[in-house]
Amino acid sequence: MSKFQFPESIASRPVYGTLEPRPGKAHLMIADAEGAEAILDLAAQNKGLMSNTHIIFIPKGTDFSDKLRALKPAQYYEGPSYPASVQRIRKVLGDAHMGLQVYLAGTEGLMGQAMNEAVSAGIPASAIQTEHRGSVARRMQCVHCKGITEDVVTDPFVCSHCGLNLFVRDHYSRRLAAFQGVCIDAEDPGNVPESVELYK
Amino acid sequence: MSAAPQKAKAGAEKIAVTVSAVVPLNDLVTRFEFKRTDGADFPPFSAGAHTVVEMRDGERTRLNPYSLMSDPADRSIYAISVRRDDQGRGGSLFLHQKVKVGDTMTLTYPVNLFPLDLRAKKHVFFAGGIGITPFMAMIAQLEQSNGNWELHYACRTETLGTYADELADHHPNKVHIYYDDQSQAIPLEELLDGQPLGTHIYVCGPAGMIDWVHNTASALGWPEENVHSEEFLAPQPGKPFEVRLCQSDITIQVGEHESLLEAMERCGVDAPFLCRGGACGQCETDVVEADGEFIHRDHWLDDEEHASGKKIMPCVSRFVGKTLVLDR
Repeated sequence: MSKFQFPESIASRPVYGTLEPRPGKAHLMIADAEGAEAILDLAAQNKGLMSNTHIIFIPKGTDFSDKLRALKPAQYYEGPSYPASVQRIRKVLGDAHMGLQVYLAGTEGLMGQAMNEAVSAGIPASAIQTEHRGSVARRMQCVHCKGITEDVVTDPFVCSHCGLNLFVRDHYSRRLAAFQGVCIDAEDPGNVPESVELYK
Repeated sequence: MSAAPQKAKAGAEKIAVTVSAVVPLNDLVTRFEFKRTDGADFPPFSAGAHTVVEMRDGERTRLNPYSLMSDPADRSIYAISVRRDDQGRGGSLFLHQKVKVGDTMTLTYPVNLFPLDLRAKKHVFFAGGIGITPFMAMIAQLEQSNGNWELHYACRTETLGTYADELADHHPNKVHIYYDDQSQAIPLEELLDGQPLGTHIYVCGPAGMIDWVHNTASALGWPEENVHSEEFLAPQPGKPFEVRLCQSDITIQVGEHESLLEAMERCGVDAPFLCRGGACGQCETDVVEADGEFIHRDHWLDDEEHASGKKIMPCVSRFVGKTLVLDR
């Protein structure tokens, strides 16, 4: 089961929905890993959608590629990672016109970063659809050294840049597409609670 | 609204002005220019803003909203362009027939319910008839900042094309005029196709034109956040009705040719308002008790709120029935 119900949280935390087909001149779908399932569900609702759809997919070790290709989208691109795909995303958005619908699915890190690209290209955030699927891992920014640690699944965790023990907050930055990690043992160095899996 | 200073009176702050020019533009439209009576500069306004003009017409005080169409960079004047409406409630006729250079009048501070979205990568304007007025200010503002814009302007005939020649002369590559009597129409679908991502569109004109632009854009996948419109409604006449205002503890009669808001003001109730055209939401009033039918005409409340019978916008909406009690 790739769907996860996030607990209620502060207003800063993004809320994701369920992708639905919308009228548009062109469609751009960006997904990673289990996010592919959301695209497969979307395509099942409207078979005609794929003839003017561009799919950008980052498999992250999953095997959805053949199923997505079988949808016969107008264009299909598979990237080894998000940083490797972002040039493509920028090019597609730069060439796009009004009437483009953007659909984002998969992990929070992927959706947040792709959302940033779409918003800076001129699409209002509220008009971009998102659906969370798969890993609940978070993209975290260390508020002390500003380094980003990807795919964080435990709380607290060790900053991959400066080595501080960081507490995982729900406080989110849309600009950085990252949650805030704050030193948990600043007052009493070394007094670090046992690390637990997120949402457990 | 926490830190905002509380105003003593309803409506925006007022400015005493003197009419400095009355310029007939064609058979129907006249421009009125105002200077401040105290000689000072006007407060700055952002393009798209309107002012409410107070007209002392004998016993009656008329308050009509008009878009400011002068250059926002010129703080020495405010100008409005008014289309004479012979079937209207008389505000435009009063301006056309009674107002002369040198008259003193009262305007409100500008209020903007139709601002430019300055995050836009491009602005496309659609004007119908006198709906050109807010775009005159918007174009002046964008020309100052080298903004990316184009105008599509539908007029009835060449002689009634208010500012059409002037605009086409100054901006030949950006202004496109369509004359009804020459069977020209705005090719909306073609114009919406191929606009760069981040384009915002703005429409001001008759209700049918506004709906047409909204519906066409939405069917082509445009987000509603990128489609802006403004339509001021004039209150429509209707059957007289009686209203109890429970805060003021009075019962008032609303006449056939006045709005509920005007009736409240006539009876000395200081009810809040800004646009007087069903757009701004300032006059929203809670209904305490109602036995009858509401005639909602505003653009502010949503369909659910209209159906609930719990709220009314007294500037344009009416009531038919036995009892109406408002929390005012």
